[in-house]
Amino acid sequence: MRVLRLNHAPSIVGYAAVVGGKEHEGPLGADFDLHDDSGKFGMDTWEKSESEMQRLALNLALSKGELSYQSIDAIFAGDLMNQCTGSAYGLLSFEKPYFGLYGACSTFAEATMLSSLMINAGYFRKCAAVSSSHFCSAERQFRFPLEYGGQRAPTAQWTATASGAAILSADGNGPYVTEVMPGIIVDKGINDINNMGAAMAPAAIDTLTAYFTETGKQPDDFDLILTGDLGLEGLSITRTLMKNEGYDLTKVYNDCGLLLYGKASQDVHCGGSGCGCSASVICGHILKRFAKGELKNVLYLATGALMSPNSLKQGATIPGIAHLVHISSEQNG
Amino acid sequence: MNMDSETYKKFTKARAPKSPIIKDCLRAFWVGGLICTFAEGLLHIYKMLNMTEENAKTLVPITLIFLAALLTGFGIFDDIAKYAGAGTLVPITGFANAMASPAIDDKSEGLVMGVGAQMFTIAGPVIVYGVLTSVIYGVIYWLCGVIG
Repeated sequence: MRVLRLNHAPSIVGYAAVVGGKEHEGPLGADFDLHDDSGKFGMDTWEKSESEMQRLALNLALSKGELSYQSIDAIFAGDLMNQCTGSAYGLLSFEKPYFGLYGACSTFAEATMLSSLMINAGYFRKCAAVSSSHFCSAERQFRFPLEYGGQRAPTAQWTATASGAAILSADGNGPYVTEVMPGIIVDKGINDINNMGAAMAPAAIDTLTAYFTETGKQPDDFDLILTGDLGLEGLSITRTLMKNEGYDLTKVYNDCGLLLYGKASQDVHCGGSGCGCSASVICGHILKRFAKGELKNVLYLATGALMSPNSLKQGATIPGIAHLVHISSEQNG
Repeated sequence: MNMDSETYKKFTKARAPKSPIIKDCLRAFWVGGLICTFAEGLLHIYKMLNMTEENAKTLVPITLIFLAALLTGFGIFDDIAKYAGAGTLVPITGFANAMASPAIDDKSEGLVMGVGAQMFTIAGPVIVYGVLTSVIYGVIYWLCGVIG
């Protein structure tokens, strides 16, 4: 069994999202707690800016949940930078047990899942799940210099400058993380860095079909099924192939990478990506909709492309992963 | 997912939106052409300033490199290149941008390990294989002379 049902489902008691200018200009702009149009957040390097975003996001999540930093028992966090330095420097000042994670764009779901499992098992009472990505630090590491004059492929995605933090607690009034399902690594032979949606979609399909098969649930049992960050191309592939598997996602399915930007006007091609993309959409937008009562039952399925610049240069294919987190307004949901 | 890798690769390749080649070519043609016309104009201006043909021909690429690096520094070059594609990449402007852009980015790692070491990450292969090709060409040229 891959679906893990949490008998002591933890509650999300604080959440916040911090974004850059482009993300703030997007359709969800008003939902984010803090933004800096320059993307610098008062720092002199992009790497420090990303760390600062994580620090701000966690501080805001704590203050919105009316919690002190002493109350959290552990932090699960990650980002896209080499050796996860974005998280290490950003969360240094909290002086809390820290688990550094790398799941590429799936990191926020991985952090939420591990936080929930630890709380469910009784090891911790309160955990923080944090992740971030910064367009400028990611471009430098994975693609070209920022001022390099090139054209992007139509299937390319835009790394979000964003960070999200959520505080999970053994006590609270919801929403709750009631089920989680760790993804398995799936590689269907895609090696095009400019089509990450196609590289990650098979992992999303694997996780979703396994979840529906094991639980006997159907897509329409949910208010929303949200992948993070397949973009337009990956979403479309997932929708088509899930239909072949016998699951019609038409009514309830969307993707964090598409929600974050207004596609045509913002020139992001297939949509957003990066660890901060789904983290900010969940912590900025989705959890607010839970608070308003607009959503009660959401399957959040963050996908990650597990390649490195060197593996790509060596011609290796891009493995994908998709971790599932079921968020419900009911503790038994 | 009951689809083998080969079928999946074909499936995704067939459905992925393609780059608009005709539009890209037209843009590259007129912008690239404009850059070359501008360079030709520069050549005439330099000659009018009583420079020798040889000096004028040296100064034209130097001017283009300077302007491309300057526009890169002002953050304008990448916007033009996004529109023009190969139109700015193929002339020497593309080479200047490939040198200047990593230099700007990597100054945060210092002048030696940052700017000095990273400046050639994009342009380096062009230099290496450009020199190698010119050596091979030189050898062929020499052999032709010896045999012919």
